[in-house]
Formats: sequence, C-alpha cells, structure tokens
Amino acid sequence: MKPFTYERASSPAEAAAAAIQTPGAKFIAGGTNLLDLMKLQIETPTHLIDVNDLALDKIEPTSDGGLRIGALVRNTDLAADARVRRDYGVLARALLAGASAQLRNQATTAGNLLQRTRCPYFYDTNMPCNKRYPGSGCSAIGGYTRHHAIVGVSNDCIATHPSDMAVAMRVLDATVETVRPNGSLRTIPIADFHRLPGNTPHIENALEPGELITAVTLPKPVGGSHLYRKVRDRASYAFALVSVAAIVQRDGTGRFALGGVAHKPWRSETAEREMPRGANAVAARLIAGARTTHDNAFKVTLVERTLASVLAEAKG
Amino acid sequence: MTKFDPNRRNLLKATAVVAGGAVAAGRLTPEAEAAAVLQPAQSTEPATVNVLLRVNDTDHQVMIDPRTTLLDALRERLHLTGAKKGCDQGQCGACTVIVDGRRITSCLTLAVMQVGHDITTIEGLGTPKNLHPMQAAFVKHDGYQCGFCTPGQICSAVAMLEEVKAGIPSHVTADLNRPPQLTNAEFRERMSGNLCRCGAYSNIQDAIAEVAGVKS
Repeated sequence: MKPFTYERASSPAEAAAAAIQTPGAKFIAGGTNLLDLMKLQIETPTHLIDVNDLALDKIEPTSDGGLRIGALVRNTDLAADARVRRDYGVLARALLAGASAQLRNQATTAGNLLQRTRCPYFYDTNMPCNKRYPGSGCSAIGGYTRHHAIVGVSNDCIATHPSDMAVAMRVLDATVETVRPNGSLRTIPIADFHRLPGNTPHIENALEPGELITAVTLPKPVGGSHLYRKVRDRASYAFALVSVAAIVQRDGTGRFALGGVAHKPWRSETAEREMPRGANAVAARLIAGARTTHDNAFKVTLVERTLASVLAEAKG
Repeated sequence: MTKFDPNRRNLLKATAVVAGGAVAAGRLTPEAEAAAVLQPAQSTEPATVNVLLRVNDTDHQVMIDPRTTLLDALRERLHLTGAKKGCDQGQCGACTVIVDGRRITSCLTLAVMQVGHDITTIEGLGTPKNLHPMQAAFVKHDGYQCGFCTPGQICSAVAMLEEVKAGIPSHVTADLNRPPQLTNAEFRERMSGNLCRCGAYSNIQDAIAEVAGVKS
C-alpha cells in the first residue's frame, strides 16, 4: 500500500468536508474492497477518513411506510432484518447470494453500492485499463471476456458491476441519500446512481467529489413474490455470470433487474410491459441490442433461461 | 495506558511535525508553510500511530504504520501467529478472527480501525491443555491435514454456529421468515468463505455437526 494518513470522522457533514479539503482522500467503512485495491495500488488514497463512528447503522421505518437503511448497516444485518426478510425478500436473497459470511459481516450498504468491478484487466496493473488509467485502452476488448458485460457496453469498457445487492435495490426503486461537502443533502434514485461506461468508465456513479452516502431508502413494500436467482461457476462465494432480481405480482405483472450483464444493475420498465407475452418476450426487450463477444455470447441464452425459470418459480 | 484517539486534531499534529521538517529543509515561504501544515504530507512516510488493541481479553499498546492490517498487527507485532496469511485478499478465510462476536477476514481491515473492538483469535478460543469444543472436534474428526487453514476454519465455525443461533439466514435457508436449521447444507454454504486445499471438508463438516449436536 502507498502511505496514507488516517482520521476518524465524527459527523457525516464533517467527513464530507474533510474529504474535499484533503486531496487524495477516501472514505473507508467495511474496507473489504478498498483495502484489497490499495494493496494492489489500484486505489492509492493519501488520506483515509474512517466513517465507522458515524451513527449510520440503523434500519428505521420511513413516514411513507418504507425503510431507511443507514449507510453503515452491514450486509449481514440488512439480510437478517425481520422487515427486510418479510417485505423485501428479493433484497435479503440478493445479499445472501453475495460474497462470504466473513465479508458480509464487514461490508456496508454504501460500500456495496460503491464496489469496483472485478474485471481481471482492471485488477492487472500491467495491462491498460480505461477505468484504472483513463485513456490507456481496454484490455478486455479482444481479451478473455467470459464474465464481461453484454448490454450498455462502450468501445472503452465492457466491465460489469459486481454487486448483487444493487440489483435488488434497482428492482425495489431504492433511493440513495447523501450529504455534500457544503453540508447540503440530496437524494439520487438508484436508476441514476450507477453510470454506463461511455468514454469515461472511470466515473462510475453520480456522486460528486467528497459527497458521502448516508442512507438508502426503500419505498413502502409492493408485495408480490420476491426472487433472486444467481447463476455462477460454483454454488457459493462467486460473482454472477447472470443474476435476476424479480418481483412478480398475482395479476401477472412484474419487475426484473439483471446482474452480471452490464456496468450497472440492468432494468427496463419497457421490457416489463412485455410480461403478458411471456418470459422470452421480456428477455428479448431487456437485452435488446446486446453486444456480445465470443466468450460471453452464452449470457444471452442464460438471461432468457434464467428469467423463464424465475417466472415459472414465481407462478409456483 | 492512553487509548488511541484518532481524531482530526491528532492527525494535524502528526502532519505538522512532518511538514515542519520539510519547511526547515526547503525554506518555504510563509504561505507555503501554512499550506503545508494544513495538508497531509505527500510522498512522505506517514507518522506511526499508537493504538490500543484488545485481543483475547488483553490490552496491547502498539505503535504501527496506519497501513498495517489487523492480520499483520496480530502476527508480526503481537506474535499471535494462529491466524494465517493465505491469500491476503479476503478469498481464503485463513485469517478469520472474531471481532465483537462476528467472524471477519483480518487481512481486509486495518488495525487502526479495530481500536475499541474486542478481538478473539484462535489463541483466545482454547489452549493445548484446554481445547475449545470445536478444536477438540476437529482433532477427533481429523478435520485437517496440513493445518494451515485450521485456525480460520475453527474461528469461522464457532462464530457460524452463533450466527445460526441468532437466526441469521443464509443463501440456502428455504424460508426467510423461519429460523434457519442446523443442516449440512447450511454448514457448507455458511463455511464457503474458508478454503481447504487439502480437501478435509467432509471431516470439517463432521466436526461442526458434532459441536452443533446434530447428525452429519
């Protein structure tokens, strides 16, 4: 790791202000992704602001019947919360499908949203990567791409977002709450939080410099059948090749988001209107315009079949 | 013994000392000197920090570089070499320790972040003459070959059974709204963060089942 100085922040606004005052500063919460990247010198903060003392570890009801999840709520605690298990099953299932128990005990809600891609070329500092070193080129394009994105890709980046939790939050229409360095608060719909790579794949989300996530809110429960199906190379502790988060209602309507196929959780409200025509119609619309490689073309079929399987299970 | 208080004032004090040295050597203008004091020193070794770590019910005061992971602090500074460095990236579980009752990978957290927390390592679970029931069960069921992953496996297994007891669900829990059961499928899923290159998994499962009081 490169040398850094360390401080513990005592309020969210103070943390955000400190981050903008100190060039090269980063927040640290669980640290499971950041420290890994710091050891490889992919992340090289000169100053760490530890936010673990901020009282952001509560899950509370909101006035409109939803839930407000503090940024520091650990993945384990979020998945185990009785309200989440009862009313937002897709979120509990997605969290439990991710990482290992040890990592879920450390990883936080905000950190999970902010985790970086596991593209092997992003991790290999000997190879060009537009995300790690803007303008250097993309080694994945033309390289080994079995795990890479098939929709929303650009000529500069075909990396995927690795989170399971974020896919469930997308289908739940969650909202990200933040505080900015000047102390002002704002809310960002999850759909607008993660960005497509375009020609700036190093800019991965809507956060401004120094802006700190304080919570993620879920709207009031929508009922229905909640499912999260993750297809991966081994039964546990692996990233998704394809995952489907679904909420299916008795009247035959449903919401779907995909993981493992794009630079962000992938959802299309237009595709959901195809529900009366069946799973294949939904899948076709959801991944319309897919740009695949020799290695990852199988993901198109995998999306169709996983979606069909999830719908069949939802109908019981 | 004073407890490490890593607040902003301490940080500024630490960087001021470093920046002060740079001023003397480089003859900075007063404006540059003021700026240097307010900014953390760049490309300079950071000041070491004094931390108080509570490990196995004993307080340890150590001066460390802030880059020191909890794993390195345990092994290299406190000489508690039970927790092993396998991958050093959170994938193998050999460094698993228990912090405030929760199992974590000690390679993916900094020692400075663990001030004020209760850390338990394999050395704190039992001793050769007074084994923890999970240690005894690993011996009885031959739950290891080379032994490298064993301290992590045992710390993980002990905390895992507490997680089941606390009702925390897993990926294989069929009904999220009912307490999870002590089954082999649950043990396998919940222990997936601990790898064993020797492949002693079935014996590890037998050891865990015995401690859990169920049939493997």
